[in-house]
Amino acid sequence: MTTSVAKTGPVPGYDYKIVRQFTIMSVVWGIVGMGMGVLIAAQLAWPALNDFWQPFSHFGRLRPLHTNAVIFAFGGSVLFATSYYVVQRTCQTPLWGGWLVPFTFWGWQAVIVAAAITLPLGYTSTKEYAELEWPIDILITLVWIAYALVFFGTIAKRKTSHIYVANWFFGAYIITIAVLHVVNNLEIPVAPFKSYSIYSGTKDAMIQWWYGHNAVGFFLTAAFLGIMYYFVPKQAGRPVYSYQLSIVHFWALISIYVWAGGHHLHYSALPDWTQSLAMVMSVILLAPSWGGMINGIMTLSGAWHKLRTDPTLRFLVVSLSFYGMSTFEGPMMSIKTVNALSHNTDWTVGHVHSGALGWVAMISIGALYHLVPVLWKRKEMYSVKLINAHFWLATVGTVLYIAAMWVNGITQGLMWRAFNADGTLTYSFVESVIASHPGYVVRWIGGSLFLLGMLLMAYNVFRTVTETENAAREDNTKAQPVAA
Amino acid sequence: MIDILRQIAVVLGALAFLAICWWAFSPKRKKRFEEDAKLPFADEEPSTDEARGDKDESGDKSGAKQKQGQDK
Repeated sequence: MTTSVAKTGPVPGYDYKIVRQFTIMSVVWGIVGMGMGVLIAAQLAWPALNDFWQPFSHFGRLRPLHTNAVIFAFGGSVLFATSYYVVQRTCQTPLWGGWLVPFTFWGWQAVIVAAAITLPLGYTSTKEYAELEWPIDILITLVWIAYALVFFGTIAKRKTSHIYVANWFFGAYIITIAVLHVVNNLEIPVAPFKSYSIYSGTKDAMIQWWYGHNAVGFFLTAAFLGIMYYFVPKQAGRPVYSYQLSIVHFWALISIYVWAGGHHLHYSALPDWTQSLAMVMSVILLAPSWGGMINGIMTLSGAWHKLRTDPTLRFLVVSLSFYGMSTFEGPMMSIKTVNALSHNTDWTVGHVHSGALGWVAMISIGALYHLVPVLWKRKEMYSVKLINAHFWLATVGTVLYIAAMWVNGITQGLMWRAFNADGTLTYSFVESVIASHPGYVVRWIGGSLFLLGMLLMAYNVFRTVTETENAAREDNTKAQPVAA
Repeated sequence: MIDILRQIAVVLGALAFLAICWWAFSPKRKKRFEEDAKLPFADEEPSTDEARGDKDESGDKSGAKQKQGQDK
């Protein structure tokens, strides 16, 4: 087996096995999680679909399965793969940790399988994005401690003097998620799969959304910004636009995000000053978010032409555009008067998916298309045309999804608060559901397009990984001819 | 009392932000950060990066790494 990719040169052999494992599972869990999303979107459009295997197939049980699968199974696998890859490459040393490294892989897969079994069975702690019951919470904690040891152990034995900015973002994400997970899941077990939170009432809500918003801020933002700071420069072939800006970006982002969680509880029993504080901090958050986005996009200055020919780079850059959009939308929605319209409507769902599909999934997909040829020693993916097709399916799918949810959300918000002259409500709730039906169908179509793109990716990755020298595209696995 | 603490916290937060900006953007460290920004390229694995003109280099290295005994 020959290769076109020089592995080591002066650098020690990296531990790529763990990166390959998580890369493959990213694609697998991406399809499972997004497939689940398409299913529950169909259930909202055609409610009879709830009934194919009651009670396990009920929307209320499958919805947490969808969120856990896309965030922690797909997103988590992407983050394990990329952080293990980036920390080795930028510290120029193989992973530290011995058996802890495979433990993070098998432990994380066990968590995912446990979630896929217990959630449809109805075992839930009812905390959003933290539904898993206490035995699984303990396993998550063990895996996460192992992850932290491996990551920071590798940083400690680095060969470079500087710690590259991507590792700062990954490090902040690992530490913060450990704290959030442990604090939010403090609970008293009363049975093997039943527990009660130690918090109650408003305090419970505040802890939950401190957790929930920082899961967005650190799991789905800071960590994926770590991906941006490595993979965008690599794919564009030029260093990041401003390294100084990346330092200010890091400190500003991590110190402001932690204050914003209260905006999930506007007009609730949460003290008014806490709501206002969360609103102000959310608006301030626009500045570091856009600073980071501009830093990523401007990395391409002078290399814009590469976007025409390189769909992988296009994934990375368009993800930043969606990041800019959703980090503008988020602060706007956290303003109380806007929130009075948007709260509990599909607008929120649209906002989340503008971030989840447009930003998180698309930057992940771009990073995976960059990684697969490197990890399997190929010159490029099996089919660049399929990457391009995937790009358009993902983009059109995301736009359909968020446009449908904007229309639905504003419709619902306006209908719910319309009053007649005598003070009675103009519309009953079910009238707003009927008005939402077309949007639910369009959302299902958008999600299906996005899923179709993931299936193309699975095929493309499978062919890239398995093709041999004798395949039709022989040149892809053959060593590049030595230039004269 | 709590209000004084809040005001102190705001002032300290603002000072920390200004200090980080000053530290990051001071001309003295410009050169250093420009070097740090090149870290992703320092371990020089050509990967998919065709634009970097790494052809002959990569051929050599992969030969050595794979121990294929390609005598040249």
